[in-house]
Amino acid sequence: MSEPILAVSGLHARIAGQQVVEDVSFTVPSSGVTALLGRNGVGKTSTIKAVLGLIDRTGDVRLAGDRVDRLPTHRIVQRGVGYVPEDREVFAGLTVAENLRLAERDAEPRRELVERLFPDLVQRKAQRAGTLSGGQQQMVSLARALLNDNRVLLVDEPTKGLAPKIVGEVAEALEAVADTVPILLVEQNLHVVRQLATDVVVLSGGRVVHTGGAAEFLDDDDLVHRLLGVHGDHAESDASEGAPAPEASATTDTTTEEGRA
Amino acid sequence: MSTVILLLVTGLGLGALYFLVASGLSLIYGLMHVLNFAHGVFLTIGAFLGWEVGRRVSDGTWGGLLLSMLVGVVVGAIVAALTEYLLIRRLYERHIEQVLVTVGLALAGVALMEGIWGTDPIYTAKPAWLTETTEILGARIPNDRFLLIGIAVLVLLGIVLFLRGTRYGLIIRAGVENRHMVTALGIDVRRSFTLVFAIGGAAAGLGGVLASVYYGYVSAHLGSSLLIFAFIVTVIGGLGSLAGAAIASVLVAVLQQFANFYLGGTGDLAVVLALAAVLLIRPSGLMGKAAA
Ligand SMILES: Nc1ncnc2c1ncn2[C@@H]1O[C@H](COP(=O)(O)OP(=O)(O)OP(=O)(O)O)[C@@H](O)[C@H]1O
Ligand SMILES: [Mg+2]
Repeated sequence: MSEPILAVSGLHARIAGQQVVEDVSFTVPSSGVTALLGRNGVGKTSTIKAVLGLIDRTGDVRLAGDRVDRLPTHRIVQRGVGYVPEDREVFAGLTVAENLRLAERDAEPRRELVERLFPDLVQRKAQRAGTLSGGQQQMVSLARALLNDNRVLLVDEPTKGLAPKIVGEVAEALEAVADTVPILLVEQNLHVVRQLATDVVVLSGGRVVHTGGAAEFLDDDDLVHRLLGVHGDHAESDASEGAPAPEASATTDTTTEEGRA
Repeated sequence: MSTVILLLVTGLGLGALYFLVASGLSLIYGLMHVLNFAHGVFLTIGAFLGWEVGRRVSDGTWGGLLLSMLVGVVVGAIVAALTEYLLIRRLYERHIEQVLVTVGLALAGVALMEGIWGTDPIYTAKPAWLTETTEILGARIPNDRFLLIGIAVLVLLGIVLFLRGTRYGLIIRAGVENRHMVTALGIDVRRSFTLVFAIGGAAAGLGGVLASVYYGYVSAHLGSSLLIFAFIVTVIGGLGSLAGAAIASVLVAVLQQFANFYLGGTGDLAVVLALAAVLLIRPSGLMGKAAA
């Protein structure tokens, strides 16, 4: 419990000459879900990509205490990092089965777990992933990360663009696996954040502006509004027994706020 | 009628040569986004070394030809893999440098081979059957066309089986779509880069030996002239698409033959016009990815 599974310090990253991650430091505890929050374009995706070495970065990244920031992406992943990218990035031309087979790294991949969580995929094994619905593609993307016995999962906006019912299914699947593996989760839907997250890290303009417990953060309406540009979810969710109400999910308010880019 | 058949089969034979070059170009571009101007060198060196070995062992026989083809395959694969490993590997994502290096290698390769084998074409011997013709529906078809077509079909089948049936094939197909995501699944995609170069080089080296059968000579410029058409084929077929390369190889070669015969030797012009038409109407090529 003591040592964080992932420790990032002084992380900088640039894309096309633009600094998108600036001196970012945070840790992901060895259990639970850490939510990485912030408005659109603050650098959440870039932070995750920088951790994985998918974009040029400098800084100190440790996985269970070992530095990994000099390693190429595939070696970092091989050490037990599962990645569910924003926008799913399934291989459209490959079948569901091929997408999953490609992701299998372990000698004994956990096919039963994946089949239990996403029974839909079993029937669609032979279907090309490009012809799946958005929700089904997200299942494939999650399944790819869950097939292996990872030490940490980096999950980037798994509910983006999904219907409320599917959002619930994805959240449930994540909740189920969060018992066995720590997760760093980028998520805009604050209901889902409340359901899953134990800790939060909030970014603004490529920098960390808040870290702490998830419940305390979400309960602080002023802070949520100031940092995310939306109102907290607790009033609505208390009233509707936690059922995700679409109008209450986080949609960034771009008109108010100190817009930093 | 007999003329049409002759042009058609000859077009298929020439298309087979284009395909042997274009298949590698297309896979290499599809996976690594490298425009490999050095691909013609793989072909020419395969042709020369294949010829050198084949003629010493058994000149003008099937055994000699088979040996030449084997040498062409091996030499093409080795030279291509070394090119990737020693030069291209350092230059991924650096497109200008890649072009400079591969163009430089192409020029240096031609100069080197001219230095060794001279600037004049060297006429080659082939098995007697290949110099004869077979009559099909009244057309007298030179037999070498059948050899070219048969081998290109085998190569196509072999590559398809490899891509569909092996883990490396799976990695390559996925990598053509989204290389970064392949690495993000913990796969060292660079190993398959070398492999794809080797496969492309093998096909080109084999193509070199077959080109020397078709044209009846080897020359340091064998590769450069085929490479131009192979690039056109690759673009028309859709960069990165093997099926596209196969279809476009046949279309381009047949069009070229017909235009040469019926439109007063305008085959090359017709090919360039076809390229322009495809670029205007379907810029990603016949079978290319929309955004590629
Ligand atoms: N390929 C790119 N080229 C140029 N700029 C980019 C590129 N990718 C991201 N950026 C910029 O980097 C900044 C951070 O982007 P990033 O995707 O990390 O934000 P995010 O927090 O994940 O946003 P969102 O909530 O919309 O997913 C943005 O200003 C974005 O415009
Ligand atoms: Mg993002």
